[in-house]
Amino acid sequence: MTSQRVLTGEHFINGDEACTEGALAAGCNFFAGYPITPATEVAETMSRRLPKLDGTYVQMEDEIASIAAVLGAAWGGAKSMTSTSGPGFSLMMENIGLGVITETPCVIVNIQRGGPSTGLPTTCGQGDIMQAKWGSHGHYEIIAISPSSPQEMFDFTIRAFNLAETFRIPVLIMADEVVGHTLERVTIPPAEKIKVINRKKPTESPETYLPYKTDSSLIPVLPNAGDGYRIHITGLTHDERGYPVPDAETQEILITRLINKIRKNRDKIIDYEDYFLDGAKIVIVTYGSSVRPALKAMRDLREHGVKVGLLKLNTIWPFAEDLIRKLAKKVEAFIVPEVNFGQIALEVERCASGQAFTKLISHPGGGIHTPQQVTDGVKKILSDLGSKRKKR
Amino acid sequence: MAAKSEYNEIIITGFGGQGIILSGNILGKAATLFEKKNATLIQSYGPEARGGACAAQVVVSTEAIEYPYIEKPRIIICMSQEGFNINVPKLVEGGQLFTDSGLVKIDPDIIPKDVKTCSIPATEFAEEMGVKMMANIIMLSFAIAVTKLVSYDSLRQTIEISVPKGTEKKNLAGMEKGFQYGLDLKAEGK
Repeated sequence: MTSQRVLTGEHFINGDEACTEGALAAGCNFFAGYPITPATEVAETMSRRLPKLDGTYVQMEDEIASIAAVLGAAWGGAKSMTSTSGPGFSLMMENIGLGVITETPCVIVNIQRGGPSTGLPTTCGQGDIMQAKWGSHGHYEIIAISPSSPQEMFDFTIRAFNLAETFRIPVLIMADEVVGHTLERVTIPPAEKIKVINRKKPTESPETYLPYKTDSSLIPVLPNAGDGYRIHITGLTHDERGYPVPDAETQEILITRLINKIRKNRDKIIDYEDYFLDGAKIVIVTYGSSVRPALKAMRDLREHGVKVGLLKLNTIWPFAEDLIRKLAKKVEAFIVPEVNFGQIALEVERCASGQAFTKLISHPGGGIHTPQQVTDGVKKILSDLGSKRKKR
Repeated sequence: MAAKSEYNEIIITGFGGQGIILSGNILGKAATLFEKKNATLIQSYGPEARGGACAAQVVVSTEAIEYPYIEKPRIIICMSQEGFNINVPKLVEGGQLFTDSGLVKIDPDIIPKDVKTCSIPATEFAEEMGVKMMANIIMLSFAIAVTKLVSYDSLRQTIEISVPKGTEKKNLAGMEKGFQYGLDLKAEGK
């Protein structure tokens, strides 16, 4: 196994492996995890690659310990990551909240499988989307990213690290089994062409420095443990000094800032691709591996003259609310194929706010939609809309 | 065969341990890394990859591949009876079927219309050459010689970088055997 950090060139690899290569290209030097199907290849590749790059791979006793180690490593200055799937993601929930309140930059990869519980270990699900948003207790904002191909597993993992470092927050990569296990061409650019962002470090003197005092960016500039600054890291509600102050006023200041540092930066965080939205009557809103049958369905339908467009959500949290609101005024219906019984569809419906119809095409898991299922869903909506018009 | 735009859905099937997944990987790699085509591979995952009926779903195309699952296989490469029984009825009419004649008894009743069947005693050849493990390479090379999914050179280069270190020479000999058998079959017009 090579001691080269960025494997510039073309590869025929699966999404899990591409995710690992993206993490390494972004500077990841610490991985703690507990292997679980279908995320095992992320850990496997890390265990081979990291030791040769002076990094640290720790196989932990479980996922609770894994996320704890990842947060601790980040405070020690590491760019840290873990990977898991459904059951492990559930175990990580409490400490994801700790990562949010302590503003710890790290990346958590969830290669989703069918659930609940042990569910379908070897096949696809997208049932953890709402869990990603609010699975930990308390109210918070999170960043979650959704790749749809091995190439995007590489590219978006780099972006996940950059977002984590910029906004000081755990970033979730919400992939799924199909994206994780499909092999496809992945092009890795030269190292110097890859944009890598590293967290800001304090420049103020340790005597006057207040760790959680922020400027208009709302993002604190925090030291690593051992940098010579006094630090206090707590899950309790804390003030600018980092000390616990359990009162409503401090809660308001801290939590409002944690929410707003994401909400006010939505434009910088939210990423999407659109296809044929101009003049579209119907828009397919899609993410993860569902993008693939949806794109094929869109092309097939357009060849038959159906005015259908597609919105591919590269980030799912924060949700692209403004975009859906704007589109709802122009289109007649949104179609949301997802491998669950309605999660992002609920968000689309909320933002469409009655201005456009929202139709879920559900899938219980164990696979993904066929292009025909998406095509049929669009045709059904078209005929429903047509008969509604006649009734008027 | 070399149409301007090609979209080939291929199933390679057999039982776990025969190197079915490696065959799919070699085909995908040859197409993407050496021919600048697009390819996707979805493999059996779980107990079937370790002994039961096992399959690699490969799409090789000059176009972008949106949906990576096989819906209408045009080519099936088959190395077990169970794989034959499960997969062959899915072949499109006029498709191509490749079998290991020592392992698969052809049941003409389940083969769709106008399918062209080509067989090779791949496992027998591999045993004769002293490496039973490379029956998959013989089988794949045979099918590639007939279908031209990728070129001889791309296949050779990919095998060299894909098989376990130290086995390259033997595997390349296996490739030559399978490829030549395919060319001879074509020359005979079968």
